[in-house]
Amino acid sequence: MSLYSEKVMDHFRNPRNVGVIENPDGVGEVGNAKCGDIMKMYIKVENGILVDVKFETFGCGSAIASSSMATEMIKGKPLSEALALTNKAVTEALGGLPAYKLHCSVLAEQAVQAAILDYYKKNNIPYDPADFKNALEEHGHGDGDGE
Amino acid sequence: MKVYADNAATTKVRPEALDAYVKTSQTLFGNPSSLHSEGQRAKELLEDCRARVAAVLGADPREIYFTSGGSEADNQAILSAAKSGALKGKKKIVSTAIEHHAVLHTLEKLKKEGFEVVLLPVDGSGIVKVADAEAAIDENCCLVSVMTANNEIGTIQPVEEIGALCRAKKVPFHTDAVQAVGHLPVDVNKFGCDYLALSGHKFEGPRGVGALYCRRGAPLFNLVEGGAQERGKRAGTEDLPAIAAMTVALELAVKNLPETAKTVQTLRDFVIDGLSSIPHCALNGDRERRLAGNVSFCFEGVEGEALLLYLDDLGVCASSGSACTSGSLDPSHVLLAIGRVHDVAHGSLRLTFNENNTMEEMKYLVEAVKTVVSKVRSFSPVWRDLQTGKRQYIL
Ligand SMILES: Cc1ncc(COP(=O)(O)O)c(C=O)c1O
Repeated sequence: MSLYSEKVMDHFRNPRNVGVIENPDGVGEVGNAKCGDIMKMYIKVENGILVDVKFETFGCGSAIASSSMATEMIKGKPLSEALALTNKAVTEALGGLPAYKLHCSVLAEQAVQAAILDYYKKNNIPYDPADFKNALEEHGHGDGDGE
Repeated sequence: MKVYADNAATTKVRPEALDAYVKTSQTLFGNPSSLHSEGQRAKELLEDCRARVAAVLGADPREIYFTSGGSEADNQAILSAAKSGALKGKKKIVSTAIEHHAVLHTLEKLKKEGFEVVLLPVDGSGIVKVADAEAAIDENCCLVSVMTANNEIGTIQPVEEIGALCRAKKVPFHTDAVQAVGHLPVDVNKFGCDYLALSGHKFEGPRGVGALYCRRGAPLFNLVEGGAQERGKRAGTEDLPAIAAMTVALELAVKNLPETAKTVQTLRDFVIDGLSSIPHCALNGDRERRLAGNVSFCFEGVEGEALLLYLDDLGVCASSGSACTSGSLDPSHVLLAIGRVHDVAHGSLRLTFNENNTMEEMKYLVEAVKTVVSKVRSFSPVWRDLQTGKRQYIL
């Protein structure tokens, strides 16, 4: 099927880091109220490093591939770097997404931020709300949406 | 194994139709409007096809207009009745919530032009209530449009009853029979319809060709202006090879209809029974009053596009009414109309069969769907929440 790039299909067929982390340090669940997709991200943090990341996704091929790619891009990275992950970077790493599927990559960015925010809150770590703009927003349509 | 289970979307052209296509384009290539003998031979075949299509529908050949397909036929019928109605000050149209977009979008356009459009609801199994139609039809109506059978969930509508109602109330009746022709007995007099749309590619004919039945005396306006083809109602040189191929396909479909329907229904029932064992799923549409080749399910905790892509990897071609496959973010209006909530409509799967499918394929298909549903559920946060009791099962 040529709806998606080969990279998307690879991550869809063989999602990386799929599943749950028992006793995670942070969990983020975000959804697109309109299309109904839901993404859940689990993280394990040691010394400010994301030592483990796992995800579960209820959504289409691009939503699954976006979550998979996002976990791959942040695993083993410092939190600050993970926080800087953008939907644009995820989309580019996937070799592009159809315009009407861009909101799926936004969901991945939001899920990462939501998980880190959860970690900060649980551990009473002070944070700059500006870093979590997207995660704190109502989980509606991301601005990466092509419609 | 390869399983093509998307015959409601389109079918593979049957060899006899392809032969007719090739033969016509090579040996009867004249323009039916030309005076010379090549043209007149083509004209003869064109009129022969018209008579044969008419015979299948119980119509008069003068009531058959060849079109570019089902969408055009639906558009022309509805816009004609509306235009004629408006001239008499009647600007109300009654239709249903589950029509194909060829009908619904045409009605939306008319709504913007000031028509009142009433879309009848359907019950949980996807069937329109005749009493609702009766209550909605009044003297301001210029058209009632109810599809013969639904393309997504396969339900067969009470068109004969609604047709009789329209006769009694003297309101023109249109039926989109695109999914029905070649699969169910269709007779314009039994249906009591004034307009009926059909499309070649749903019964193993070519795509891009269809027909509009328009009862004598019912208003018909052009969508395409130009030459005098199709009794002046549809300009453009006729696609005779396609018309000939469609006619052959239609005749063959109808000739073997009872046997084919029985065989296909056996496949359908096997798949419905097989998939019903998947936990937390539901069949969409009526169990009995449905097209012989239609299976439609919703699986809870599953998203349809992912389902389709994984099935495709296993060689199965299917379709879904999921929001993610629509390109519009909204799940299918048909699934919403039968009361499926967004989350559940998300996990829909449509499998549509015809005579080319085999029982061996069905056995493979059922296992493939079971495997893929389990796979998608294995990493679905919605499924996890359902299983842990954080969310309540709907199905
Ligand atoms: C119920 C129904 N009406 C109309 C159409 C449109 O037919 P066509 O593709 O020939 O324009 C289709 C098929 O796509 C259909 O299923």
